[in-house]
Amino acid sequence: MITLEHYLTVAAVLFVIGIFGLFLNRKNIIILLMSIELMLLSVNINLIAFSSFMNDLVGQIFTLFVLTVAAAEAAIGLAILVSFFRNRGTIAVEDVNVMKG
Amino acid sequence: MGAEVFAFYLFALSTITGGLFTVLSRNPVHSVLWLILSFLSSAGLFILLGAEFVAMLLIIVYVGAVAVLFLFVVMMLDVDFASLKAEMSKYLPLGLLIVVILLMELAMGLAVWVPADGAQAARDAPTPIEFHNTAALGLLLYDKYFLLFQLAGLILLVAMIGAIVLTLRHRKDVKRQDILVQIYRDPDKSLSLKNVKPGQGL
Repeated sequence: MITLEHYLTVAAVLFVIGIFGLFLNRKNIIILLMSIELMLLSVNINLIAFSSFMNDLVGQIFTLFVLTVAAAEAAIGLAILVSFFRNRGTIAVEDVNVMKG
Repeated sequence: MGAEVFAFYLFALSTITGGLFTVLSRNPVHSVLWLILSFLSSAGLFILLGAEFVAMLLIIVYVGAVAVLFLFVVMMLDVDFASLKAEMSKYLPLGLLIVVILLMELAMGLAVWVPADGAQAARDAPTPIEFHNTAALGLLLYDKYFLLFQLAGLILLVAMIGAIVLTLRHRKDVKRQDILVQIYRDPDKSLSLKNVKPGQGL
């Protein structure tokens, strides 16, 4: 029998993998963005699991908004990345302190 | 072992495997493909949970749009990814330490929590039994959460305009057609008659 705890475990492991990716790929901003997508996905799994086991649809509604914000964030992040690459010729984010005052 | 249990373990395992190799993969193109596997199998998890609409949305929006966007950016930028991966082992011990601490913290709260007494009564929108998932979500979204729905659309509009503004550029060294200049061209200035004598040329 699959319980709520099973889904929560999957989401927790996925969230931790996302954080691990943030630490492991400090320089490669594309994989940093993918790690953030993984963390948002694990949050969505949590919301849907609670929504299903509590019989409350609001969790699924909230998942829609999380999806919207995640898509917008990915688009803006990649646009910033493309214009950064055009100016600097690299995507190493350790050099991104040029905007410092 | 029932089919539902088997499907859960299959999807859960491939979700976690996809996430892990997204992070660990040396080639970013492979990373995006593992990310797609992770999204697809978590859509399977959503279907097991009875959230069919969100599962389809995950496939359409994430796999169809976001992952392809990542794939385009990875393939179009000419980046030397090997040099970016070179220092990967430097952060490995710290990352592993924080991962283990976080997992322990999450595991402490996993099996011991209980829902509050009024939790069932405090539900805002109990799942209706007479509609299927998509119809119930639509009734809720276009009625009770209409303002939030419009605001989500506004966020997408702002993101679209922002992405266009950030990436649009006008290159100076490209020849473009200017219709007005072509229309107002004066024949007197563009033509000149020469009297060429035979056998001499200009």
